[in-house]
Amino acid sequence: MPDQTEAQVVLRLDNITKTFGALTANDAVSLTLHKGEVIALLGENGAGKTTLMNILFGQYTADSGGVEVMGAPLPPGNPRAALDAGVGMVHQHFTLAENMTVLENVTLGTRPLFAPGLNRAAARARILRLAQDFKLSVDPDARIAALSVGERQRVEILKALYRDARILILDEPTAVLTPQETNDLFETLRTAVALGLSIIFISHKLHEVMAISDRVVILRHGKVVHEGAIGDTDRHDLAARMVGGEVSAPKAVPGVAGAPLLALRGVSTPDRGSAPGLKTLDFSLHAGQITGLAGVSGNGQSALADLVGGMTRPASGALVLNGADVHHWSPRTAVRAGIARIPEDRHKTGTIADFDLSENAILESYKDPPFSRHGWMNWRAARAFAQRIIDSYDVRCPGPGTRIRLLSGGNMQKLILGRVMEGAPQIILANQPVRGLDIGAVNYVHSQLLAARDRGAAVLLISEDLDEIMALSDVIHVISEGRLSPPFARGTMSPAQLGVWMAGHGFEETAHAS
Amino acid sequence: MRLEPVANPTALRTLAPPALAIAATVVIASLLAMLAGANPFSVLGLILKGAFGSKFALLETLNRATPLIFTGLAVAVAFRARLWNIGAEAQLYAGALVVAILGAGLLDWPAILLLPTMAILAMVAGAILLLIPALLKVRLGVDEVVTTLLINFIFLLFVSMLLEGPLKDPMGMGWPKSARLIDEARLPRLIEGLRLHWGFGLALISAVIVWVIGTRTTLGYEMRAVGLNRNAAEFAGIPVGRVLIKTALLSGGLAALAGFSEVAGLKGNLTLDLSPGFGYTGIIVAMLALLNPLGVVAAALFVAGIFVGADSMSRAVGVPTYLADIMLATALLLMVVAILLTRFRVVRE
Repeated sequence: MPDQTEAQVVLRLDNITKTFGALTANDAVSLTLHKGEVIALLGENGAGKTTLMNILFGQYTADSGGVEVMGAPLPPGNPRAALDAGVGMVHQHFTLAENMTVLENVTLGTRPLFAPGLNRAAARARILRLAQDFKLSVDPDARIAALSVGERQRVEILKALYRDARILILDEPTAVLTPQETNDLFETLRTAVALGLSIIFISHKLHEVMAISDRVVILRHGKVVHEGAIGDTDRHDLAARMVGGEVSAPKAVPGVAGAPLLALRGVSTPDRGSAPGLKTLDFSLHAGQITGLAGVSGNGQSALADLVGGMTRPASGALVLNGADVHHWSPRTAVRAGIARIPEDRHKTGTIADFDLSENAILESYKDPPFSRHGWMNWRAARAFAQRIIDSYDVRCPGPGTRIRLLSGGNMQKLILGRVMEGAPQIILANQPVRGLDIGAVNYVHSQLLAARDRGAAVLLISEDLDEIMALSDVIHVISEGRLSPPFARGTMSPAQLGVWMAGHGFEETAHAS
Repeated sequence: MRLEPVANPTALRTLAPPALAIAATVVIASLLAMLAGANPFSVLGLILKGAFGSKFALLETLNRATPLIFTGLAVAVAFRARLWNIGAEAQLYAGALVVAILGAGLLDWPAILLLPTMAILAMVAGAILLLIPALLKVRLGVDEVVTTLLINFIFLLFVSMLLEGPLKDPMGMGWPKSARLIDEARLPRLIEGLRLHWGFGLALISAVIVWVIGTRTTLGYEMRAVGLNRNAAEFAGIPVGRVLIKTALLSGGLAALAGFSEVAGLKGNLTLDLSPGFGYTGIIVAMLALLNPLGVVAAALFVAGIFVGADSMSRAVGVPTYLADIMLATALLLMVVAILLTRFRVVRE
């Protein structure tokens, strides 16, 4: 019988140490999880959270230390054993077969390969019962490809529950969710805990950590630096412990608007599949201002970012740069025109994974001296440039010869930031610049954008995070189905009022008025 | 067992797998030789002796390696940029055709002028042959694997038509072959008295040039960027289409040099059996070399050695020469596994 006051220990990590070459990812980490408890695992990028969870789940083998589940030691390096012991993991990047149904995905791998026939009726009944018990509304026969991100996450959780998981590990589960979906997820997690499950919740978002967890464990540089009940702490305290010092979000004082540096005059671009193009947009970016672009994802943000970044040209209308109409427009002319472009996806478009830091640092300027002269590369200059970025933007890496694949998201973003900001650009296109980054990196990126604005740059900030837009922007536009709202000055609109525009209301009236 | 990515492979880790792949190939070949009823050690010994064991054997191997270095380089250059050129065979014949037309008396120039002219025009012909699929790919998104592969058959039939018609040697007793080249159109020997022509020297020089292009030039940087991540290259402002076109021109030109070197250096005229699939074997050579231009030279020597050695072994003990094909296929497959093991490590559970 478990003690009444001291709940049963379901998981014990004991002195886990894991090194990758010279890097110590986990340094004697110990952690205890009790039945019916939610632990938040906090830490900056590269603090060792994901490594620790991968060891627990058997994807990595620890150099030393052990894992015990329900009092029994878990054989290292065996995901199957972890699954069988009741450990379920919901990854940040989903592992679902898109062309199969929810039912098929959930049952995948739970039966022998050549078992005759799948007892669909029983499986469906079980899924529906789990869905009801845990408040996870999902249609078992829907194809994954047709599901939203929030629904896919529910399928991932169902997968774990279907395998009788008693311990759920959720890696950054809210990074991809809307606020409404996050609330639904928390409802599910609370239900799960009430039913006796235990949860490890990995996140950077401190208000979520405060809302859902009982205890918090903070990792920094692979070591546990804090462990305690959530009631004994507050957001500010957690943030400080996480980065190992005081953190202050950069304070944005209103900027002084200067001349328009880049303007769109009645610009349209064609729709691309389900992604809307731009519908006769009029828009200008002013020196010394951050212009925020708010909107629900997939409403033309990419079309605008591609246009400003040189990836597409206006189908009609004019692009005006520093007062002159632009005729030739390509990524290269955009770079030449001094537009700093921070792309939405740093893995797919921002960097080349198998290039080292030097090669990535010069990706946009490789053709210009000193990196290239008469068709010959000057690698010494490229390395020096990369080293300068590493030093001044605090990119944590072994050196400029490291392949960028090995860097964390935050450090990758710092390299991109350094690459585009080195020439003191006058126009900055920041497309989701802090997506997936931890607080330290977020504040860093934001302070860089503010600093650029204060020296007179025009910044276009595109984000799906309304808090971020409202905190930084001097002027806010809302984009909906490729249409743009009039500019709203800082502080003139409440989130609710912007939400009305984001839902697509108010555009027709403006069209008539103008 | 599971695979875990290796962060920074050491030199040993990079070089050991290909060595092991070759060793395993030898073991498998021995088993097959035993199946054929021969003593495996004597078979392997004969292959080795037949490939490298005498001056004559060595020169034969070097001669055989020459076209493979060119086609291997052509494939390596293209594959690095993810341009899947399967058409080195046709590009080789394009180069050979130019030599057969110009070198049989059409241009009555001294060798010092004629040979470079033929080499350059051969390269142009090969480049144009790959330019067509490359343009179709860049402009219209047509898959170059299909187009380059099919052009091989079309072009070979075209060469066959010419050899049966306008290019047929009037003194050839009716055989489909072109007229013999004039002396000025023949590549001189690399070293006086040795049966090895300048094509081999040109192949070595080409390998060094391709290596320098890849590592030291702006074009090489562009080609690698396009090959590793086309999206990011395009976003950064690298003209992806133009880089692919340049890659195609270089690759086609290199493959055509194989044809130039075979006709002007070795054969002296053009026949339809000029190439026993050098273009396709070039793919094996490039893969064995891990797409490294200097590695291509080593891989071409290995492949040529197996072919030449197996021929000689077969004459001596009667094990079929197919053993050479099997050895190459095994080596290629094992190399693919070896590459995997270079990048990942096996973790036991």
